[in-house]
Amino acid sequence: MARINMVQAINLALRQEMDKDKDVVLIGEDVGRDGGVFRISEGLMEKFPDRVFDTPLAESGIIGTAIGMAVYGLKPVAEIQFMGFIYACIEQLFSHASRIRSRSRGRYTCPLVVRTPYGLGIKPPELHSESTEALLCHMPGIKVVVPSSPYNAKGLLISAIRDPDPVIFLEPTRLYRLIKEEVPETDYTIPIGKAKVVQEGKDITVIAWGSMLHKVLESIEGFDAEVIDLMTLRPYDEDTILNSVKKTGRVIIAQEATRNCGFAAELSAFIAEEAMLHLKAPIIRLTGLDAVIPMARLEDYYAPSKEKVIKALKKVMEY
Amino acid sequence: MPENIIERFEVKELKILDEKGNADTAILPNLSDNDLKKIFELFILSRQFDQRALQLHAEGRLGTYASILGQEASQIGSAYALEKTDWVFPSFREMGVYITLGYPIWMLFQYWTGDERGMKTPDDLSIFPVSVPVGTHMIHAVGAAFAAKIKGHKTASVAYFGDGGSSKGDFHESLNIAGVYKLPVVFICQNNQWAISLPREKQTAAKTIAQKAYSYGFEGIQVDGNDVFAVYKATKDALEKARAGKGPTLIECFTYRMADHTTADDASRYRSKEDVEKWKDKDPLLRLKLYMEKKGIWKEQYENDVKKKVIEFVDGEIKKEEAAGLPDKKDIISFTYKELSQRQIKELKLWQE
Repeated sequence: MARINMVQAINLALRQEMDKDKDVVLIGEDVGRDGGVFRISEGLMEKFPDRVFDTPLAESGIIGTAIGMAVYGLKPVAEIQFMGFIYACIEQLFSHASRIRSRSRGRYTCPLVVRTPYGLGIKPPELHSESTEALLCHMPGIKVVVPSSPYNAKGLLISAIRDPDPVIFLEPTRLYRLIKEEVPETDYTIPIGKAKVVQEGKDITVIAWGSMLHKVLESIEGFDAEVIDLMTLRPYDEDTILNSVKKTGRVIIAQEATRNCGFAAELSAFIAEEAMLHLKAPIIRLTGLDAVIPMARLEDYYAPSKEKVIKALKKVMEY
Repeated sequence: MPENIIERFEVKELKILDEKGNADTAILPNLSDNDLKKIFELFILSRQFDQRALQLHAEGRLGTYASILGQEASQIGSAYALEKTDWVFPSFREMGVYITLGYPIWMLFQYWTGDERGMKTPDDLSIFPVSVPVGTHMIHAVGAAFAAKIKGHKTASVAYFGDGGSSKGDFHESLNIAGVYKLPVVFICQNNQWAISLPREKQTAAKTIAQKAYSYGFEGIQVDGNDVFAVYKATKDALEKARAGKGPTLIECFTYRMADHTTADDASRYRSKEDVEKWKDKDPLLRLKLYMEKKGIWKEQYENDVKKKVIEFVDGEIKKEEAAGLPDKKDIISFTYKELSQRQIKELKLWQE
């Protein structure tokens, strides 16, 4: 078992699934000869020359093509180079991918994976650091998954490729090369729709996903916090959240994204509806600012900082 | 340095059968008398379906419906050229295509009453459900053609759309990707001159829609969309080319929407009666009938017999649809994902309480 980063883990998952199932194909901009702008698909075109395709520069066309491939019987994994460019694909995702099963009453299905790097952390040009995951979570028929480590990136991506429905796989760019961990060569999966309690605790439930999870884990020293890595945002794991909240009675939800209609809003409303009487303090949402994501120089001011997380932990305990 | 011409293109127009029922025998496609009768009967069936759908709408028994009147040759002629193994991606005004492919008529009525079950394509057909957002489904035909090519199948895909759809970015992305990968796909544009109230000349400044194909590196052809032989031949040729690995084709069927855009529209607000009147002489059924009469295949008695049979058949299909009853409300939830979510399980439980 090797210690590898998330880029390598995703590459490994793709390689193994393509080896195992000849219906798995990769399409996207620069995913072939260049191996993807983050080198996620490095070496895959050499290994699978008939199943990796460098497409014309057309994001909506990439998703639409992948939908056609999926309904025909392939399992396409489409890459959108950055989340900010997925906005061009919303019509294909919302008007088609999400509802082909429903529209045809199950005759046609769309087993499609859309991978896209997302979030802050690499100081790129504008629209390369978006975290509008909540937008994607609003549409029934789509699943939204966010890995937080090399290990769960591999297991979740394999599940996503095998899933019979469209899955959007959001890869936190900050984490691509940040962490290395042991990732088995073996074929393992992490179920979509299940959250993971990554640290048990009695006093506070902290819910996070993707790169915010790491900021939370860096900040909880000295608190008896239970940390949940949500991993799947749609459909999210209501049971794991409720079990934890009923135990701790205090909740912090941390997201990088802007506050208004963010995914933390959904989770807070859900907890308030289902566990209000278990709460000892108001739910705290830690979010990005009510502003568009800044470019490099101001990037670090946007998302909740470690200090903000610690402040929230104190506040919820002192209530 | 002189200016050089580095690219030229020519756009062909194909007409075989004129308004008087005279056919150009040199290019007439090989259709037997039996084929001609089948095509004629599909015309009668499509018209009867269309008329009954409009009646049922007027009676409040069917929802908003998009009539195909005037476009039958474009739809029946092209669909008649398809093989069972081909994949078809229609928009919302393609009932003649569904009918030609043998889609159960009662299910089409079921769909238009507002019941998704009507779009559960029978297993032996590969036609896709109605696609509402204009032009956005063309790329699915491209993807299916791509998949067929990857899998080594001799399958072609067909996308149906209109002059309005040709203005969308999806049209560009679809034709562009199909051209780059030389995919086995046929783009069939039914240029019916109107996108709700917008006339064709305001849709594009190009002289034809067919010529747009040349910007994507493949051929486009304009055919008389009210000439069932021309549409059939152009489609058959394009499908053969696609299956032979020679890439996509754009066929512009030059036709006319004789009815309102849908039952929710009133075309008299934006087009004159005279404009519509002119196209009555170009009726696609009339010229087929005249041709068949000259060949001695059509007689009044034959048409009456066909009509009688079709009327009874369609009425039977309406009864069949009514007998199918209402869908289960659980269907709203059940087809979202393969597995129910935790939330959906709770929602279903609430209904049981």
